[in-house]
Amino acid sequence: MSKLNPVSKISDLPEESKFRPGHRLCAGCGPAITAKIITLAVPEAIIVNATGCVEVGTTIYPYSAWKTPWVHVLFQNNAPVASGIAAALEKLSAEGRARKIPVIALGGDGATFDIGLGAISGALERLDKIIYLCYDNCAYMNTGIQRSGASILGAATTTSPAGKVIPGKQENKKDLIAIVASHHIPYAATATLWLWRDMVNKIRKAVNYSEQGPAFLHVLAPCQFGWRYDPYLTIKVSRMAVETRLFPIYEVEDGQLRINYRVSKPTPVEEYLKIQRMMRHLLDPKNAETLQRLKDWVEWNWQRLENLEKAGRVF
Amino acid sequence: MMTQALARQHRIALTGNDAVAYAVKQANVDVISAYPITPQTFVVETLSRYVNDGELNAKFINVESEHSALSAVIGASLAGARAFTATASQGLAYMWEALYAASGLRLPIVMALAARALSAPINIHNDHSDFFGMRDAGWIMFNGEEAQETYDLTIMAFKIAEDPRVLLPVVVSYDGFIVSHAITNFYALNDDVVKEFLGVRTTGPRIDPDNPRTFGVLALQDSYFEFKRQQYEAMENARQVIKEVFQKYEEISGRKYTPLKEYMTSDAETCIVAMGSTVGTARHAVKTLREKGEKAGVVGILQYRPWPTKEAEQLFSRFKRIIIMEKVMSPGARAGPVYEDITATLYPNHNVKMIDYIYGLGGRDISAQGVIEIYKQGKELADKGKTDKPCFYGVRGE
Repeated sequence: MSKLNPVSKISDLPEESKFRPGHRLCAGCGPAITAKIITLAVPEAIIVNATGCVEVGTTIYPYSAWKTPWVHVLFQNNAPVASGIAAALEKLSAEGRARKIPVIALGGDGATFDIGLGAISGALERLDKIIYLCYDNCAYMNTGIQRSGASILGAATTTSPAGKVIPGKQENKKDLIAIVASHHIPYAATATLWLWRDMVNKIRKAVNYSEQGPAFLHVLAPCQFGWRYDPYLTIKVSRMAVETRLFPIYEVEDGQLRINYRVSKPTPVEEYLKIQRMMRHLLDPKNAETLQRLKDWVEWNWQRLENLEKAGRVF
Repeated sequence: MMTQALARQHRIALTGNDAVAYAVKQANVDVISAYPITPQTFVVETLSRYVNDGELNAKFINVESEHSALSAVIGASLAGARAFTATASQGLAYMWEALYAASGLRLPIVMALAARALSAPINIHNDHSDFFGMRDAGWIMFNGEEAQETYDLTIMAFKIAEDPRVLLPVVVSYDGFIVSHAITNFYALNDDVVKEFLGVRTTGPRIDPDNPRTFGVLALQDSYFEFKRQQYEAMENARQVIKEVFQKYEEISGRKYTPLKEYMTSDAETCIVAMGSTVGTARHAVKTLREKGEKAGVVGILQYRPWPTKEAEQLFSRFKRIIIMEKVMSPGARAGPVYEDITATLYPNHNVKMIDYIYGLGGRDISAQGVIEIYKQGKELADKGKTDKPCFYGVRGE
């Protein structure tokens, strides 16, 4: 497979995406934009999709939105299915019985943070030559907005409602990249839609690295339906997650963490909470304690990343 | 023919597990993925040794669970590889949802199953609870009685699975420890003979970068049923394909296989039905019973799915009594799964008295004397018409 170089402008990308219109994902769907960016970033790839919104919304028989090979098997097994495909292609291509192209396992946060984590850990530990991309919309959206290990502190989901006694989820988001990077894989990074060029180039970098071993991408993909904001705001919400430091943009390459988008003057967290009904209840004075915990976590997390960056090759 | 057949073979002594691994090596599989579980573990240990010693050019994916083992094999199979996995008991149970995905995606995967009891209580020994647990998963299901059958069935499994009329996964089960760990002599085909018999995999669904397709679609009320109907048809087609493969295999090996194995059945009045290693024990018992003038016979089940309906109808309608021995229990059911298959096959045109025996759970040993006791008791109960519920044999308090 030939090496993919970074792009600098949008005209460096193909005019047409292999993720085609006509799918049934929502207007303003962050994961749909993610799918489109993947297919624009990589000339060809096999997509191994876990069960979730993108899977059900794009392949309702007899239609498919994918003009690239696409596979769905189960919810928690996209990583091992991708491993099997990559292994088979390596074997068969060496014998001239197949052509090898990149294999991208694609899964939502439910599939990645929760039900599939053990299987993903297995694939990473084995250094299987795959790319794993998690489109994180911070809850089980396909089944109707249930709390996941990726939901942020205070999130009001249908299984962690903003109740009279408990104001939403009371635990912090799982640190996915730390888990992933602790497998000492060649490349792991976060990205989000607003920083499209950073995201494209990270996908391309991940594809290059996947010749050596697994590369992992954690993409924040806002969900207008679950987060309850107006569909046209998706990119703005993505931007605010970065600018409030709620979703830092960084990568871990060869064990070295690097912050790719340095937020020197963060926007107050409240601004991010205000625009989505999933989080807005935290602004109610009676939920001040939860809000403070969230703000403290955001600050601590940013500091942690800066420390890790300075510490050298820690992963 | 036999002399010619023997020239194509060699005699070796291996455990049942190693016999499976040997067959898989000769089948030149492209990808293997498995997870250790007693009593199957030796299959994958031996296969990984073959791979690491360069005797088998395959990718071996050491996964972190059986769920991932079957998933990796599904991926490999979708990419066009000949793929294999092996498991037992809890491992098979852990694979459950992937079993249905493998057959629904019409993938010619082959799996070995060293049959073992299911928890709780935890038990590592043989019964057929795991095997029958996958009854409706859409897999072709064989059961080998000893190493020879298990070896032969493993090779034939690839041929059957990959036939374009079938394209279904196949499980080859054999009794945990009793077969999996016992070293026996058997005839193995020479490598080149297997290579010629199987070739490389060319059929079935295949991911092709030059012809992008979508696999594993969401099929709703307007199409799911049609997919499943086609899958049903594939299993029906397997009946004929299995016959043809048995025939071809007999031509090269000299060993004749039939879905149901008969012993002294031609004039038998009372037939014992069993599966797995017990079939041999039952043959020995029937030999003794014959010496005492009993008109007894044995039918061993080699092919469980597709259930050999026609063969079963012709065969079982001949007997006066059928005593079915099952190493599985189905709490709350009228009887065990084999009993139900045979009754459904014979209904309503028969006058056969049938009685079901649950025995051997969790590896409780069955001897030839035990089979004789079941025969005598079963025959008496059948004649008295006391056949309304299964009997337990070999359990305290019965």
